[in-house]
Amino acid sequence: MAWLDRTARGLFMTELVKGFALTFSYMFKPRVTLNYPYERSPLSPRFRGEHALRRYPNGEERCIACKLCEAVCPALAITIEAEPREDGSRRTTRYDIDMTKCIYCGLCQEACPVDAIVEGPNIEFATETREELFYNKEKLLANGDRWEPLLAANIAADAPYR
Amino acid sequence: MADFLALHLGLPLTWATLVAIILKILVITVPLLIAMAMMTYMERKVLAAIQLRQGPILVGPFGLLQPFADGLKLMTKETIIPAGANRAVFLVAPMITFILALVAWAVIPFGEGLVLSDINVGVLYLFAISSLGVYGIIMSGWASNSKYAFLGGLRSAAQMVSYEVSIGFVIITVLLCVGSLNLSDIVRAQTHLWFCIPLFPMFVVFFISALAETNRAPFDLPEGESELVGGFHTEYSAMTFALFFLGEYISMLLMSGMTSILFLGGWQPFPFLGFIPGPLNLIIKICLLMFVFIWVRGTLPRYRYDQLMRLGWKVFLPFSLVWVILTSGFLVYFDKLPH
Repeated sequence: MAWLDRTARGLFMTELVKGFALTFSYMFKPRVTLNYPYERSPLSPRFRGEHALRRYPNGEERCIACKLCEAVCPALAITIEAEPREDGSRRTTRYDIDMTKCIYCGLCQEACPVDAIVEGPNIEFATETREELFYNKEKLLANGDRWEPLLAANIAADAPYR
Repeated sequence: MADFLALHLGLPLTWATLVAIILKILVITVPLLIAMAMMTYMERKVLAAIQLRQGPILVGPFGLLQPFADGLKLMTKETIIPAGANRAVFLVAPMITFILALVAWAVIPFGEGLVLSDINVGVLYLFAISSLGVYGIIMSGWASNSKYAFLGGLRSAAQMVSYEVSIGFVIITVLLCVGSLNLSDIVRAQTHLWFCIPLFPMFVVFFISALAETNRAPFDLPEGESELVGGFHTEYSAMTFALFFLGEYISMLLMSGMTSILFLGGWQPFPFLGFIPGPLNLIIKICLLMFVFIWVRGTLPRYRYDQLMRLGWKVFLPFSLVWVILTSGFLVYFDKLPH
């Protein structure tokens, strides 16, 4: 009987017909495609993208050169040099992140006591040369100025859970 | 038409005949090439729909110009000839594939009397041309001097030869019912009843063999990406590749055309849809069959090579042979043989 059953199925191609019906029905289902450059999926406030150094509203940079981020960075991507400024406050003279080393773990922003170094929502910072990915202080501060509204909003949105 | 040209353009009759022939050829090949371009578009769209994707949407409205963009890209690319390749054979092979795919359309009747050459051995001609298609593939596989191309070419040749046998028997059943090798006569014989109804199993066998004959999924082993890279056209680039691509799709269109002529009544109207003019009927039927080609590709996984050969030789061949005997026995017993 099993033989007959199998042969009949093969001869009348019931399985094939079932499969074809299934694929045909899929043709009328809604698409799952997201047209990426034009449409984007929502990002969490905690999303860890490109780094930025933030400023206070009066324009003063937040970073106090405590070097906690440098210490915590598991990929050793951050390099900081610091000395007192003319007004006596402690500031960085050099703040470099090697974006090719960075693993986007977010430990630097966790370690920062003044919310100076943060990872923003930007993911589109591909470059044509490797050297462009060695970010210095100017680049990071410029990132901070560019993304500040979003960065502040993200920190505020995440604040209740901290 | 030659007389018309001679009369109105003042050409000598020999020249007018030549111009008329070239015009007729262009009237068939140009729409054919456009149809082929639209086929690639349709394939991508249908496959995308089956897989819940979108397919091309950016070039032109709904991505309709995508195939032309692809064509332009292929034309501007560099033709690379491998150092170890046999240059002459390497370059001739894609031309053979392409030309054979086009040449076969000479005998396809698009309507009552709408056929380039109404020869009495149309079926035989088609069969011969589609068999010759193997040469392009074998030559390309051999001339590429690459193991992938070579194995792909061998597989492709073995597969096409195997399935041609059952295709032959299927055609014989149809010919038994018609009593003529002329394709127009075959269509005329289906005025009252399309052959896909009395010969339904043969219709299925023919269509599946057509899939194998054109190296389409699920029988696309010759270009099984995971094992043979691109099969016989691994080493081809730019226009040489484009010619293979064109040839493959045109022979798919040809196989659909053959299926519609042998089983779906060619230019005969659909039931209840008699108002559609003849050639359009054939085009609609070809489009429907092409859709099935793509639908099959979107549904079935690839066959294993031994399964492929088993299906061809141990299932289809005896099955179609039995049907030839059954059909001829039926026709003789009830005295329905065509005269």
